[in-house]
Amino acid sequence: MIRFDNVTKVYDQNSRPALDRVSLEVDRGDFVFLVGPSGSGKSTFIRLVLKEDRATRGSVYVAGQNVANIPSWRVPKLRRGIGVVFQDFRLLPNKTVAANVAFAMQVIGKSRAVIRETVPEVLKTVGLDGKDHRMPHELSGGEQQRVAIARAVVNKPGILLADEPTGNLDPATSMGIMKVLDRINQNGTTVVMATHDNVIVNDWRKRVIELKDGRVVRDEAEGIYAGAQGEAK
Amino acid sequence: MRLAFILGEIGSGLRRNLAMVTSVILVTFISLTFVGAAGMLQLQINQMKGFWYDKVQVAVFLCVDTSTAATCASGPVTDEQRTEIESTLKSPAVTQYVDSYVYESQDDALGHFKEQFANSPIVDSVTADQLPESFRVSLVDPEKYEVINEIFSSLPGVEVVVDQREILERVFNVMNAASLVAVGIAAIMIVCAILLIATTIRLSAFSRRRETGIMRLVGASKAVIQLPFILEGVIAAVIGAVLASVTLWAVARFFIGDWLAREYPDTAFISESSVLLIAPMLILLGAVLAGVSSLLTLRRYLKV
Repeated sequence: MIRFDNVTKVYDQNSRPALDRVSLEVDRGDFVFLVGPSGSGKSTFIRLVLKEDRATRGSVYVAGQNVANIPSWRVPKLRRGIGVVFQDFRLLPNKTVAANVAFAMQVIGKSRAVIRETVPEVLKTVGLDGKDHRMPHELSGGEQQRVAIARAVVNKPGILLADEPTGNLDPATSMGIMKVLDRINQNGTTVVMATHDNVIVNDWRKRVIELKDGRVVRDEAEGIYAGAQGEAK
Repeated sequence: MRLAFILGEIGSGLRRNLAMVTSVILVTFISLTFVGAAGMLQLQINQMKGFWYDKVQVAVFLCVDTSTAATCASGPVTDEQRTEIESTLKSPAVTQYVDSYVYESQDDALGHFKEQFANSPIVDSVTADQLPESFRVSLVDPEKYEVINEIFSSLPGVEVVVDQREILERVFNVMNAASLVAVGIAAIMIVCAILLIATTIRLSAFSRRRETGIMRLVGASKAVIQLPFILEGVIAAVIGAVLASVTLWAVARFFIGDWLAREYPDTAFISESSVLLIAPMLILLGAVLAGVSSLLTLRRYLKV
């Protein structure tokens, strides 16, 4: 689903690359933790998958397509196949929960009927049924992140990228979010989650890819947070 | 659905930026009013040219008692001289330039003079023998005045040959200068309008960066993201252009139609229907200006 082929990304010629000859592959339906300290290249990985940046060297394949060959007018189509969740939720503060989720469908031209049908369904999946008409500021952090996840998956993307989705949340709330992500993964969506949270990684026992100074230093199935411990916190 | 969504975005953008949008409307209104005024002046000049060039003639004035020109050395024009001048007018060398001519006697001249200065006390002190008799010549091509001047001004009995067009040219020059000034002011105002539209769009894009960021992430197309901003500028500019058109129409209707035309009944003025010609151009100009300047701004400030 996502393949990095010897990818190097240099932002600034004078400093070390953000990603340095990274090769990895994430299969359809995988759940992958991307771990490593700040500045290790996790966010760069996500930006390259979304084609927000171009790889300096090497190739990035998403759903079998080399993103370097996607013309700029086709980039929106690529992004429709990828949902993204951030640490800071990024909800629209002046729209209700339902409107925030509906927004993601409106802007790609979904019909009103489809939106009316899909939004409550998705809100139910993330455990927010009955909160359609609340405003984001009336919700807890965990609930806000659920809205963000609902928005990311409402268009049924094949890939969900989560950049430290539990970074602002307490451990108990984080567990709730992980259950939601796991449920989405069970439905067939590939999930890549960048995280600092060793408890979650150690509890969940999924595939772990560890980045350090832009290089893959570890890639194990059912891994633990391990090596990066202490450094990350 | 997408259309309704874009319209909704435009509405909220216009509401959020009301002060800036109002200033864009006013600046485009003023600048396009000047553009339109320049256009109307040009139309008026054309109108007057068409109207007057048909009527304007070359006047060949004949000698009177008081004439001092060399060709009047023998005193007032004699019958032979007059016949000679008239036969020159009929000669083949001249007829190719002449459309028609009429003879105006001293009595006719007094009649016209009285008409023209009806309200002036000068009328009472003027008698027919003070006014020169003349041949009023209409030319096939008014530009050929020099030829007529050359042939007639040296004939004995002719005091002077006057091209009445010259008097009009002076009026046209003033009007042309006025329309140049209007165009100059319009150019400066249009630069203001472009910069103001660019600033407004920038602010608008900045205040909605959350929305546009999310739109990008969920894969909204460039058109859906940018169109609300561009249309926001275009709508403001078009409102300004419509206001300018209404103003020009009001000027044509009330100032020119109700006042000038009544004060100067001899002159042909443009009517408010000429605004129908100018208004579409103003609206198009406003829309294009706003569209292009917002598009260029968005390319810098709204990454897609």
